[in-house]
Amino acid sequence: MNILDLNEKGAKGALVEEAQGKWGMVIDQDLCTGCQACVAACAMENNIAFVGEEDAGYGRSLQWIRVERFWEGEYPEVKMTSFQPKLCQHCHNAPCEPVCPVFAAVHSPSEDLNLQVYNRCVGTRYCGNNCPYQARVFNWRDYERPTPLNNQFNPDVTVRRRGVMEKCTFCLQRIHRAEDAAKAEGREILDGEFAPACAQACPADAIVFGRLDDPDSRVSQLSRQRRGVHLLEELGTLPRVTYLKGE
Amino acid sequence: MAATSQHLELSHEERLREQHLMLDPKPRGEMNAMVMEAMHTTSWKFWVMAVLLGGIVLIGLFGAWGYLIAEGLGVAGVNRPSYWGIFLVNTVFWIGISHAGTFISAILRVFKAEFRRPFTRAAELMTTFGLVQAGFSIFMHMGRVWLAYWLFPYPNERQLWPNFHSPLSWDLLAITTYLLASTMYLFLPLIPDMAMARDRSTGWRKNAYKILALGFRGTEGEWTHLRTAMSIFAFAIIPVMFSVHTIVAWDFAAATRPGWSSTIFGPYFVVGALHSGMGAVIMVLAIVRATMKNMKYFIRPEHFDAIGKLMLIISMTWAYFFFNDYIVQWYGGDRWTKELLHWHEAGPMGWMWFLMLIVNVAIPWLVLWNKKWRSTPWVVFVVGLLINVGMYIERYIIIPISLTINRQPFTWRLYKPGIEIPLSIGTLAFFILLYMLASKFIPLVPVWEVQEGQMAHSVKKFGRETVVTVSELD
Repeated sequence: MNILDLNEKGAKGALVEEAQGKWGMVIDQDLCTGCQACVAACAMENNIAFVGEEDAGYGRSLQWIRVERFWEGEYPEVKMTSFQPKLCQHCHNAPCEPVCPVFAAVHSPSEDLNLQVYNRCVGTRYCGNNCPYQARVFNWRDYERPTPLNNQFNPDVTVRRRGVMEKCTFCLQRIHRAEDAAKAEGREILDGEFAPACAQACPADAIVFGRLDDPDSRVSQLSRQRRGVHLLEELGTLPRVTYLKGE
Repeated sequence: MAATSQHLELSHEERLREQHLMLDPKPRGEMNAMVMEAMHTTSWKFWVMAVLLGGIVLIGLFGAWGYLIAEGLGVAGVNRPSYWGIFLVNTVFWIGISHAGTFISAILRVFKAEFRRPFTRAAELMTTFGLVQAGFSIFMHMGRVWLAYWLFPYPNERQLWPNFHSPLSWDLLAITTYLLASTMYLFLPLIPDMAMARDRSTGWRKNAYKILALGFRGTEGEWTHLRTAMSIFAFAIIPVMFSVHTIVAWDFAAATRPGWSSTIFGPYFVVGALHSGMGAVIMVLAIVRATMKNMKYFIRPEHFDAIGKLMLIISMTWAYFFFNDYIVQWYGGDRWTKELLHWHEAGPMGWMWFLMLIVNVAIPWLVLWNKKWRSTPWVVFVVGLLINVGMYIERYIIIPISLTINRQPFTWRLYKPGIEIPLSIGTLAFFILLYMLASKFIPLVPVWEVQEGQMAHSVKKFGRETVVTVSELD
């Protein structure tokens, strides 16, 4: 009989396992320098197209992770607040999933991740509207990959065509590779054995990835800190990304 | 004043006949001939207009759509966060227009509103043709329209079903049901008129009417069957009509967005649909009356008067629901909703919000209370046009303008329509073109329904008193 304080878990009224999750991430806003290395690494790893200046300026960039910057006050009395890298929060109760008419936005029960099936997507873009984090991006066109970019495709990741939605997968291909390696050696995945591209590239070590269901993992320990918040927690989406920010 | 004095010279009975179609009967043969003549008389202006509209449809609708499919949605104005743009505005707008047909031909038929008789078909045609445009707009909006059949529950080897949790799946089923039901409901009362046209045409038309009339001869048994079928459909299609626009509203209300998740959206959208639909019906009637032969006999100021009253009531209902929707959202005090309401009124598109209230509420209330004004075709035409502009703006505010504001201020961005504009013009042209062509093939006035009404009505004299009597037919 385990009676847990669900309020402490930040999941009001939800089941314990649901509140806990499997894979999770911690982003330390106090460490983030806004260098955009995560954005570049993510684009390389996941075959994300570059949309050009004009489309990017019109809100059509395909970044799966973006570094949001905010400020207080009017110029010249501007005070920068900390950067907030934003990506798919891999909600347990993801608002994007039920609204898809063709099951392209689905939940993976085994990984407890929120996934997009590109070749099932018909492009109604309802999921994009319903994501409170605006983490989903749409392939507005077939984008060109000028040389030498066409030589650096990641063979483990689908190249998406025009008309489909896409979003962060927590580098599912890396998770699977690590799982396969661990299974071949007959062991569990070690904490910190692998990281998604963004976490790997972060020079400040502001992004930490790992198992949330292992209380001793680094990500679990960090996410239990009092600095931790979940974005838009009041919507009951049960996000798997914890943001750390001091007073 | 001349008209008034002339009026006084007429006897009460003559005045009644002049005002009311139901009290002004003509011999059946003559009336049939009038409708056939209206259908066959085509001026050169009609053909110029038809060719012009056909050109717009070819370039604006099919040409631009082909380009959109080939290039991707980048040529449209949709972006993040406005993932839905004018395509969805058009969809909601055309489904709204389609509601008027059912409202007039089913609800007014069920309630035995006699003034409906000459224009039930003109309204029902709007339903079918409006839904065609709504369907076009939905498919244009899709990223990979060539896979649109995945939305339908069809048998496939992977045993995949559409996601019935998604409001879009409900939407598709509702619209398909409505299109099929309203087409059948358009066709049923058409059968006797098709038989009438069959007996009065030659050549290919006769053959076509022969097929469409299904061998109708007008026997007692055929009429009984037809009446039974029509009354079943009239009652059955009313809940379908209400469900369609409620479900369209759920596309928005079921989402977790500020400004969208409003429980009153269902009835609010239905009333909004009737608002724009009635405006469109009155516009169509004014045009038909002005341009087609013999229509001044069938469509009279009394009809504009009656629809004008309905428009006034619907405008008041719409204002009531708008106020409800607004006050509850504002009172809720949610931070993002507050931001959104401020954006509606004081954002760069704030003029739209005020224009919507002026043309949807202020102008109908100021004009339609006056019997003389609402009986004048061009006045109600202008009011109907303005209401449609207002209702289009209402949907524009709900979709792209509301989508601009979300819970992630970093992504806030304005929406600028691109290829949506030619495509919208194309759908409008296609609607008008279909209607024009149909008016030359289908008797726009349900002759048998008018004749039936005229048989039921009579002007009787009891002593010196002139009395209008109505007998129950069915």
